Amino acid sequence: MTQDLLYSITGIVLFGIGLFGVIAAAHIIRKLIALNTMGIGVFMVLLAAARHGVVTDPVPHAMVLTGIVVAVAGTALCLWLALQLQLLDSPVPEEPP
Amino acid sequence: MWAEIVIDVVLAGGVITLAALSLVVRQVFTAIVLYISLGLMVTIIWTRLNAWDVAIAEAAIGAGLTGALLLVAWRRLHEKEDVNDVSEAGNSGNRV
Amino acid sequence: MFLKLETRETGSDVGLSTLACFLLGVVITTLSAALIIAVIVSDKAAPELASLAMQNLNTSGVENPVTAVLLNFRSYDTLLEIAVLLIVAVAVLPDQCFAGKTSLPAKRFLSRNVKHQVNPVLAGLLKWLVPLALLVGGYLLWIGAYAPGGAFQAGAVIAGAGVALSLAGQHDFTWQTTSVRITLSLGLLVFIVVAAINNLITGTTLQYPVSYAGLFILIIEVAATISIAAILLLLFVCLKAIAEPAREGDTQ
Repeated sequence: MTQDLLYSITGIVLFGIGLFGVIAAAHIIRKLIALNTMGIGVFMVLLAAARHGVVTDPVPHAMVLTGIVVAVAGTALCLWLALQLQLLDSPVPEEPP
Repeated sequence: MWAEIVIDVVLAGGVITLAALSLVVRQVFTAIVLYISLGLMVTIIWTRLNAWDVAIAEAAIGAGLTGALLLVAWRRLHEKEDVNDVSEAGNSGNRV
Repeated sequence: MFLKLETRETGSDVGLSTLACFLLGVVITTLSAALIIAVIVSDKAAPELASLAMQNLNTSGVENPVTAVLLNFRSYDTLLEIAVLLIVAVAVLPDQCFAGKTSLPAKRFLSRNVKHQVNPVLAGLLKWLVPLALLVGGYLLWIGAYAPGGAFQAGAVIAGAGVALSLAGQHDFTWQTTSVRITLSLGLLVFIVVAAINNLITGTTLQYPVSYAGLFILIIEVAATISIAAILLLLFVCLKAIAEPAREGDTQ
């Protein structure tokens, strides 16, 4: 019981740190790291809630598994968009015609 | 029993420290490396929570692939930044 | 604060003023404290879903409860997730796919780039590492029915092997061919086809009959593993291709 509570609280703290970072950080990569940290916090709360003494609830586990894969896809899309934006912004045309 | 509690407290404190550090360190590269470490430490926590499926996925995706994606993108942003700085230093003097 | 995205490294990486930072910190600390109090005072949800899943495990066709939830009880989630992955892959696909460049010779998916020299130690390591990763991926896929493991983990490990190959630089990946695009969408296609067949047999979508459940799940998992590995690898290789336009150019 104490273990679940400890990890629930840790998850919420991670979520808070991530939320702060998403809003306050300026660099795009740091924003994404903070967003992923938020995700880890949510996963931790879910997985801590999945434990009922001896029985472990498989439904949150499946949700978290789905969440991890979707999170990496979203991160990749964000990075790709950031790189494309930078290509558009760049004053030096580097691309070969 | 006590050993397990100590392990849990150290892991919980460790992930919070890593998450906070990855926001406050000055260099983005350091932040990425700290995030990869955070992913690996969280993997240990998933095993502590009996979530073995999630632990395998987190080790492969959360720590491995996300870290590789971030590093590759960081390198590009970093290189471009150097190029921009050089070219603009020649054109218009300093730029903040 | 969301209007301007910074992509260059500045000394202090904060996009807000000190006062705004302080206010934000206060708000978020209050929010976190409220959430923590809520977690402490509230009771846990009753383990109804857990017992429900465990009771129906023998009708699901697999023995690992997480795989049963992912691919049988809640297979809508997984179907939509694979669709999300495919959409991201389509968004990230290199431009040449749509530009209609027919002048490029039809290359194989994985081609060896002999011009690029690699460290012999790295080459030797990859010679062992890549087959080993493929083996681990296949093992994770197979064991997923009985123990922790499954399509996502297997796909990620196989994609990791591809990432290692791509980073070493001795191999190039081509995403232009039709077969690769079919590979990318294989997981979603097979999932939908299985759902349609299932609909013909039982009249319900994605509610497998007990006797066929194991087979259906295995078919879906194999296809999903291949697509997930291909899509994750595509994401990495495309980001790397933007990151290194010069080197991509000289390997053509």
